[in-house]
Amino acid sequence: MQEIVEIRWHGRGGQGAVTAAKVLAEAALAEGKHIQAFPEYGPERMGAPVKAFDRLSDEYIKLHSQVYNPGIVVVIDHTLLGSVNVTEGLTEDGVLIVNSPKSPADIKKDLGLKSQKVYTVDATKISMETLRRFIPNTPMLGALVKSTGLVTLEKVLEEVKKMFGGKLKEEVIQGNLDAIKRAYEEVRGE
Amino acid sequence: MPKIIAQTGDDAVAEAMRQINPDVVVAYPITPQTEIVQYFSEFVAQGKVKTEFNCVESEHSAMSACIGASAAGGRVMTATSSQGLAYMWEVVYIAASYRLPIVMPVVNRALSGPINIHCDHSDTMGARDSGWIQIFSENVQESYDNTIQAVRIAEHKGVLLPVMVTLDGFIISHAMERFEMLDDEIVQRFIGEYKSEHSLLNTGHPVTYGPLQLFDYYMEQKRQQHEVMKFVPGVVLEVAKDFEKVSKRKYGLFEEYKMDDADFGIVVLGSTAGTAKTVVDKLRDDGLRVGLLKVRLFRPFPAAEIANSLSHLKAVAVLDRSDTFGGLGGPLFEEVCASLFNYQFPEGLRIPVVNYIYGLGGRDINLDHIKKVYADLSEIVQTGKIKELVQYLGVRE
Repeated sequence: MQEIVEIRWHGRGGQGAVTAAKVLAEAALAEGKHIQAFPEYGPERMGAPVKAFDRLSDEYIKLHSQVYNPGIVVVIDHTLLGSVNVTEGLTEDGVLIVNSPKSPADIKKDLGLKSQKVYTVDATKISMETLRRFIPNTPMLGALVKSTGLVTLEKVLEEVKKMFGGKLKEEVIQGNLDAIKRAYEEVRGE
Repeated sequence: MPKIIAQTGDDAVAEAMRQINPDVVVAYPITPQTEIVQYFSEFVAQGKVKTEFNCVESEHSAMSACIGASAAGGRVMTATSSQGLAYMWEVVYIAASYRLPIVMPVVNRALSGPINIHCDHSDTMGARDSGWIQIFSENVQESYDNTIQAVRIAEHKGVLLPVMVTLDGFIISHAMERFEMLDDEIVQRFIGEYKSEHSLLNTGHPVTYGPLQLFDYYMEQKRQQHEVMKFVPGVVLEVAKDFEKVSKRKYGLFEEYKMDDADFGIVVLGSTAGTAKTVVDKLRDDGLRVGLLKVRLFRPFPAAEIANSLSHLKAVAVLDRSDTFGGLGGPLFEEVCASLFNYQFPEGLRIPVVNYIYGLGGRDINLDHIKKVYADLSEIVQTGKIKELVQYLGVRE
């Protein structure tokens, strides 16, 4: 059977969950992988809970259903933890990465997780300090790269430059790159 | 050199339109087709195409303007979805009856009501008898490849018919996938220049479009529309062969997946074929001889070829992403049944065929649903009995 890594992103409308999923897919593609990146289009609005998904594989991905059992879940906004079941379907040996100032052990306890690995990083603080705005999606990419090793940090940085180049101001792009690098350094796991 | 990039289905179709560089594009945006029109309008603004681009106030006007531009002799494209196609319905028929080679990507979306923006095939099935050629795509790559091939098919002198190229709304239109984009020059050379032989603007050879034909000639006109469809499969294959030379990708009237030694199989359209292939792989690993047939050319329906491909099976399930309320089953089911009914089987032989309606309004179809279909087929083969002719997958009842 084909090995496919499935990733689910949780965020709120406007926080860049879809963009993060796309950057990850672009980076994986640049490393020779087959990819899918797609949002869940419900009746979402700015601030409402949204989901986005990635599939990565060494072979062509034929599967076109929704993602039911992600091996990796990334939570961009910790306020979702109380209102959305972010661990739904997460595989037994799955990885949960949360934007939170809390320790991985605390999150693990809060969510009643046993076998899964949990990583946390304060992406909100990083975002405020590097971008002076609440844009936690890019630092979460850094945390994802460090905790899963799915793609290299260099490729993600490259793709962010490519994707935002010409669209955002140079200093904003640099802020995003700094945010990714800091989250990469600061993410903790248990 | 072809470029390997990550794009959504809508992106890829817009890129194909940029490379085709039509003389005229007239369109009205509608979810989930919107991005095609949006990206193409950016290409227009950036001067990347020489197209006369017109954003009109409705789909009815879009198709009407396409008809005018195409009758004038231009290479013409538009794109739509769902209510948009429904709204242009009366002129859709006219485009086909005038034999105008307009190419129209249709991003499949359910029809209202209730209002729904997600995928099913009701929109294009509503136009299946309009006289257009209909080609279905499984993924981003096929959406792109089919759009380019459609130009050659439509403009072929033995065809001269409009073509709809379909892709599944959101599932493909908004999903980013890896795909290979051909060089601009390769696409340009592949489609060649279009020179209409029946241009309204050619005063040296005046022609009439849209005359009144009553009981005197109308029926001959319709008979000819039926006749020309017979030539389409041959042209589709010829164009596919040429396309393979430039892309190294093979296309046919339909795709057979692990069918050669299959005991039973599924017939399906669009993106679900990919999901079903994943199930076929899994069941094959478990030792079950199962296969799949994905219909690419739905209009004209290659009945004899499909019946021939299915003729060695012991049971067939047809998956329909649209319903025919009060009909026998879904539209694809009826086509497959009719095709098999007319196939010359040895005396007394008949293949059981069952139907599953699925995925209406974007309801997800997953591996378990398709496994159930194969399990049902296995039971039919073992018992020789069909419990239910038409069933619904993934519905609460």
